[in-house]
Amino acid sequence: MSSQVETLVNKEYKHGWVTDIESDVAPPGLSEDIVRLISAKKREPAWLLAWRLKAYRGWLKMLEPHSWPNIRYTPVDYQSISYYSAPRTAKPLGSLDDVDPKLLETYKKLGIPLSEQKILAGVAVDAIFDSVSVGTTYKAKLAEQGIIFCSFGEAVQEHPELVRKYLGSVVPASDNFFAALNAAVFSDGSFVYVPKGVRCPLELSTYFRINSASTGQFERTLIVADEGAYVSYLEGCTAPKRDENQLHAAVVELVALEGATIKYSTVQNWYAGDEQGKGGIYNFVTKRGKCAGNRSKISWTQVETGSAITWKYPSVILQGDDTVGEFYSVAVVNGHQQADTGTKMIHMGRNSRSTIVSKGISAGQGQNSYRGLVKVLPKAAGSRNYTQCDSMLIGNRCGAHTFPYIDVQNSTSSTEHEASTSKIGEDQIFYLKQRGLNTENAISMIVNGFCKEVFQELPMEFAVEAQKLLGISLEGSVG
Amino acid sequence: MSEAVLQRLDIRAGTAIAEGPDWLEPVRRAAADHFAKVGFPTSRDEEWRFTPVGPIAQGTWRPSPGVAAGVSADRLAPFVFGQAEWSTLVFVNGAYSEALSRILELPQGVRAGSLAEALRGDDAVLRTHLARHAPIDGSPFTALNTAGFRDGGLLHVPAGLDLERPVHFVHVTTPDATGTAIHPRNLIVIERGARASVIESYVTLAPDGVYWTNPVTEVAAAAGSWLEHTRIQRESERAHHVGLTHVDQERDSHYRSFSMAMGGALARHNLHVRLNDENIETLMYGLYLTRGEQVVDNHTAIFHDQPNCRSWEVYKGVLDGRSRAVFNGKVFVQPEAQKTDAKQTNRNLLLSDLARVDTKPQLEIFADDVKCTHGATVGRLDDVALFYARSRGVPREAAERLLTYAFAAEVIEEVALEPVRNELDRLVLDRLEARRGGAAGRG
Repeated sequence: MSSQVETLVNKEYKHGWVTDIESDVAPPGLSEDIVRLISAKKREPAWLLAWRLKAYRGWLKMLEPHSWPNIRYTPVDYQSISYYSAPRTAKPLGSLDDVDPKLLETYKKLGIPLSEQKILAGVAVDAIFDSVSVGTTYKAKLAEQGIIFCSFGEAVQEHPELVRKYLGSVVPASDNFFAALNAAVFSDGSFVYVPKGVRCPLELSTYFRINSASTGQFERTLIVADEGAYVSYLEGCTAPKRDENQLHAAVVELVALEGATIKYSTVQNWYAGDEQGKGGIYNFVTKRGKCAGNRSKISWTQVETGSAITWKYPSVILQGDDTVGEFYSVAVVNGHQQADTGTKMIHMGRNSRSTIVSKGISAGQGQNSYRGLVKVLPKAAGSRNYTQCDSMLIGNRCGAHTFPYIDVQNSTSSTEHEASTSKIGEDQIFYLKQRGLNTENAISMIVNGFCKEVFQELPMEFAVEAQKLLGISLEGSVG
Repeated sequence: MSEAVLQRLDIRAGTAIAEGPDWLEPVRRAAADHFAKVGFPTSRDEEWRFTPVGPIAQGTWRPSPGVAAGVSADRLAPFVFGQAEWSTLVFVNGAYSEALSRILELPQGVRAGSLAEALRGDDAVLRTHLARHAPIDGSPFTALNTAGFRDGGLLHVPAGLDLERPVHFVHVTTPDATGTAIHPRNLIVIERGARASVIESYVTLAPDGVYWTNPVTEVAAAAGSWLEHTRIQRESERAHHVGLTHVDQERDSHYRSFSMAMGGALARHNLHVRLNDENIETLMYGLYLTRGEQVVDNHTAIFHDQPNCRSWEVYKGVLDGRSRAVFNGKVFVQPEAQKTDAKQTNRNLLLSDLARVDTKPQLEIFADDVKCTHGATVGRLDDVALFYARSRGVPREAAERLLTYAFAAEVIEEVALEPVRNELDRLVLDRLEARRGGAAGRG
């Protein structure tokens, strides 16, 4: 059994290759000049440059958080990172034909449905190659309904009033160390605006991909759903194999106005490092949504299987009355991976409701932490929270940690928190084996059952992918 | 600034350090040095994030005056459960009072008495256990206690003995304690296969007194021992109480704790239990009743270091007025601690819209073959249960009191000593009655 385990554990990372194309890369290092350079390259208006500089100056005064997160790593050398890299393009892109064929090749390997597949899949894709958005599809179809779905850079040029109104309104530039860094140097990302009363007919999707060596990725995503609108957004990632750690500090802001619903789903499978824990992505992400209007709803679903370190707390500020916040998460750590992830639900409006379902799976020498905050403010009368956070451990070299903070400040609200820890039982495996399943499939089935509540929140295509990913991540972890 | 605190409390140059055996002196000095280095915690320390210790840190406290006049057995009657046949050790403002204490016949070899007295002789039990369990770098308050304690209760039960009747440590403050800091130190050593029941009370004859009690209790439960430990904290609602109980359990031992907290403007109790061997059982029950502007904080930590142990924890709180409760329960399960079975529950009932709860049940698990669960709830009385009671003709107020009492009674029931259980019942009912009487002067 153990040799079988070895081979499975030592399986090469499937998506580990580098596409060799010329990049327009800024010299490593971070200074006001670099911030100005990024802003100038992107032909940004003066107010945005001022916003970036303010964030940069604030960032200089902040310290990288090392005490409270339950993760260990050597501090990042911010001066050795290049903060800008754009694929070379001679002219603005008119159609797919103008795209560098090597890029298209990359997408094909990742299975991004940029061609006919997208029609079959019903997916509009805004593909991000490193930092600049190169191909946006279905724009016309979405535009018919007044939906804006474009790269962040484009939004700054074409809809500056919307960007200016909402940028930083949920995650202020001063929010935390990594959010401030992102605000100063963010290169690109996605922008979505769904107008009043419109139900977005497609699942919007962006594939992020880190490519150029030693280029940190600093995406910024902003999604605004106007009154009564609905949008479902998918984010998925893979990254090529690399030896040095790559920093990824993204910011995602969601704004749901009165009666609007935003559903945000993520599957994250970045390179997690080799068997010694060397390399792998540092995933330090700030994601937050604001239910600004009454009866609005924001739902986060995430499946986190990759990255050497994940530091991520998709949160919801329940500002309006009768608002709903949801967080469904599966986090898997294997090898030397570390994950400190969870959510914050800030109840401000009356009768606001939130649900948290978190499933953590630890294998190998992985460390998995759930860290959550449920805060009910005095005015949030009649609010409710339900939290369930389950851990599964595979082997005794890994760890599962839960740090739930519950802070309730009025008597008409109620919060419930439940957590459990369990293992895959010998008898469960035995049962499935005598039904003809092999060990790997048995484990995969048990784990998928453990995560079912989260997977059923995912859009169809993602759910299938997530189940496969989980199987791959855990292969060989039980002997 | 921390050095100034030590000077003012007469700890640096004071009698406390000079007194006692030689082996204790370096321990005291190290503790004082540790406090001088770290000082009082702030809200930036994760362990003290929700517990504002400002009123203690900024206060100018004097050393405690020792025994005060005017304390009679009659005045202590409300605190001793009417049990004349229980051994009772009384400490007034931190010092042992022989006149008020009553030590009944104990099995041969059992020692119950003043720690200070025992320290005057060279004592192997103290040498092995005193200040050997509660680490001085665990908390600045523990360091301060270790550096400056004068007296407290000592109970030593030799191997195989069964202490049939409970021993009660009563720490009482009088109006003379106003403005002072008291550092009671208790030591409970239950040897192999022995059985005992200990009650530890913190009470006051100065219901409006402003003072600061900083107790530390160390418990050593040897292999196969059995201990029931009941802690009742009824300080003045204007006083401050920061206490630590540290328990070390050995193989096959059974430790059962009940902790009641209802006094203090700021009251904190840390209960740390370390399971050092296999097949240990630990039960921890807690109840806190808060009102007015009180801040009552319970921090518990269970260290599952070895396999095949069981721990069970239930803490419940009833909050009124503008009070605030903090709960933090940690369960650590080390890689070796397979087959651990740990369950932890914290439930809070809010009677007022202005009350606030911060609860943080925390699990840190490094072993796979374990059963660990925790749960926490915050809410008000169940509307359906209220409706049911009212539909049976019970008036609203009575129904509310009934349900609130029932909520608290679930943990009180776990106290094995009937007289103590009855007294706890009475305290809860009185508190609910006072609320109704509008004597919510503080509520």
